[in-house]
Amino acid sequence: MDATSNPRQTLPVIDRILIGIGAVITFGVIPLAGSDYLMDAVLTPFLALALAAAGLNVLTGYAGQVSLGSAAFLAVGAYAAYNLHLRLPELPLLLDLVLAGLVAAAIGIVFGLPSLRLRGFYLAVSTLAAQFFVQWALTKFGWFSNDNPSGVIDAPALTIAGYSFTSAAGRYLFSLAVVTVATILTLLLLQSQTGRNFIAVRDHEIAAKVIGVPLLRTKLLAFGVSSFLIGVAGVLWAFAYLRTVEPAGFNLDRSFQILFIIIIGGLASLRGAFLGAAFIVVFPLILSRLGAALLGGVFDSGVLEMSQRIVIGALIIAFLIAEPRGLIALWDRFRAASAAWTGLRKTFPATDTSRS
Amino acid sequence: MFDYQFLIEVLVGGLLSGVMYSLVAIGFVVIYKTSGVLNFAQGAMLLFAALTFVSLVERGVALPLALLATLAIMVALGVAVERTVLRPLVNQPPITLFMATLGLSYVIEGAAQLLWGTQVHGLDIGISDVPLDIVGVFISRFDLFAAAVAGSLVALFALFFRTTRTGLSFRAVADDPFAALAVGLRLPRVWAIVWTVAGIVALVAGLLWGARLGVQFSLSLVVLKALPVLVLGGFDSIAGAIVGGLLIGAIEKLAEVYVGPLVGGGIEAWAGYVVALVFLLVRPSGLFGQKLVERV
Repeated sequence: MDATSNPRQTLPVIDRILIGIGAVITFGVIPLAGSDYLMDAVLTPFLALALAAAGLNVLTGYAGQVSLGSAAFLAVGAYAAYNLHLRLPELPLLLDLVLAGLVAAAIGIVFGLPSLRLRGFYLAVSTLAAQFFVQWALTKFGWFSNDNPSGVIDAPALTIAGYSFTSAAGRYLFSLAVVTVATILTLLLLQSQTGRNFIAVRDHEIAAKVIGVPLLRTKLLAFGVSSFLIGVAGVLWAFAYLRTVEPAGFNLDRSFQILFIIIIGGLASLRGAFLGAAFIVVFPLILSRLGAALLGGVFDSGVLEMSQRIVIGALIIAFLIAEPRGLIALWDRFRAASAAWTGLRKTFPATDTSRS
Repeated sequence: MFDYQFLIEVLVGGLLSGVMYSLVAIGFVVIYKTSGVLNFAQGAMLLFAALTFVSLVERGVALPLALLATLAIMVALGVAVERTVLRPLVNQPPITLFMATLGLSYVIEGAAQLLWGTQVHGLDIGISDVPLDIVGVFISRFDLFAAAVAGSLVALFALFFRTTRTGLSFRAVADDPFAALAVGLRLPRVWAIVWTVAGIVALVAGLLWGARLGVQFSLSLVVLKALPVLVLGGFDSIAGAIVGGLLIGAIEKLAEVYVGPLVGGGIEAWAGYVVALVFLLVRPSGLFGQKLVERV
């Protein structure tokens, strides 16, 4: 392989230009010119889900531990941030965000403990314990929701250093900034020795142990980092997107949704998490428009929900069969083909080298 | 003064509801044993079977005919799953197959409700639920019937696995799929039959659970009750599914009655999982599961 396949190498000029243009559009053009609907109903949930999927991808895609309890950590993040803000109002919001992530990480490590003894299905099933326990605790103990009878919490106004981020554009920008920073940090982590340890544990646990990867620390760290990211995503979900959340919103279906994002987007790829999240957010909107246009009145919300389930399920199966590396593999192939066609670049790493 | 009679009543009730969990768990075990797939879609199949049966009956189809038609549909579903999902994914890691069954459960749930609607259907299978008084302990007649059905189902399976040629081929495939292939067993056929059998188990469990809870979407959530049973009993043991079901059922009810009030109740949702988890930390492959030997 040539030098371009080394992720530590500086990016090619064209990529740097593209990233610059992307930053100008996402941070500048969209908040100024985008409609509230676009930012409120599409981009903000997309950002929160993408971050959650990136978190799950660290655990499942990179470290190979399947979790079915992601929604529990979303909930932990959301409720932790709510309580921190409520009970320690002197703390700045950004610190609440980080602390909420740390609380989620701590809970994630506790529920990750079984991974030291369990593998595969047994572990996947045991992560369901987190899902049910957290949902139960949040509904049962009024303290978490400041004694709201059904556990509903209302997010506080997003205010950072005196600036209010409560408008649609503000909440979008807030999410975007948080997600960008978190993604860059995650990327750096994954490219370090720790990230390679994750992959070693995923690919062959015993072999990893033999070459000196500390299994206990690596697995728990994977659970911790993953839960931290999902917890922060939970804060965005609750504070920037929905603003009023209840424990029932973080049910098993939400966990599956996040798992589906990384299957469709691509396991062991942060870009895949973003592509998958974009797909999961946009797809229902397209399906409802399409259904209404083609079938008219027959296509009511019940039919929509059911056909959504069918199509998502079928897509999961189709991706697992036809392209287990997900949308990101399709995207890379498309870019490689278009680059070869335009002759802009002679070489392009067509495959994600981090996945064997 | 500790109320022993109440304890026994709770215990018996728990054991009998555990039988209902076992019924669902057996469907998982049959598939896991022969193809190494943890079939998350078992709950969806249960819903699909029960919903199809009830809807046929409500449309005026005679009971035996509806039962036969539902059976035929479950057979068709089993064959279709083998063709469209299992065959293209042969030789993939088990976890990939598991995710495929997750997708499958979405497809089946969606299809079942798109076909038959989302309203709740009542299902009466002609068992009166008047409690039986046995030396002062009240036991639900319906639970006893369910236990009898589960018992005969297990006996039937034992007989089937031991004495028939198909059963023998199941055991061969479960033991070593490559050797089974080498001696000329047709794996796709075996898998199709296995999924059909799981479909039949789903139908039986679906009718019993449906009669208890009403036939509706939440029926597919009984898988979540069956999973700790599987973890406790081991994914590949029918005996484990039975014992695990009884244990989880009993523990859940006892915990709900005796521990629940201390923490505010409603702990049934996760008590089974916690018990299974604690148990697993001691024995990672369950009560009766095969110990895995891993080579580098």
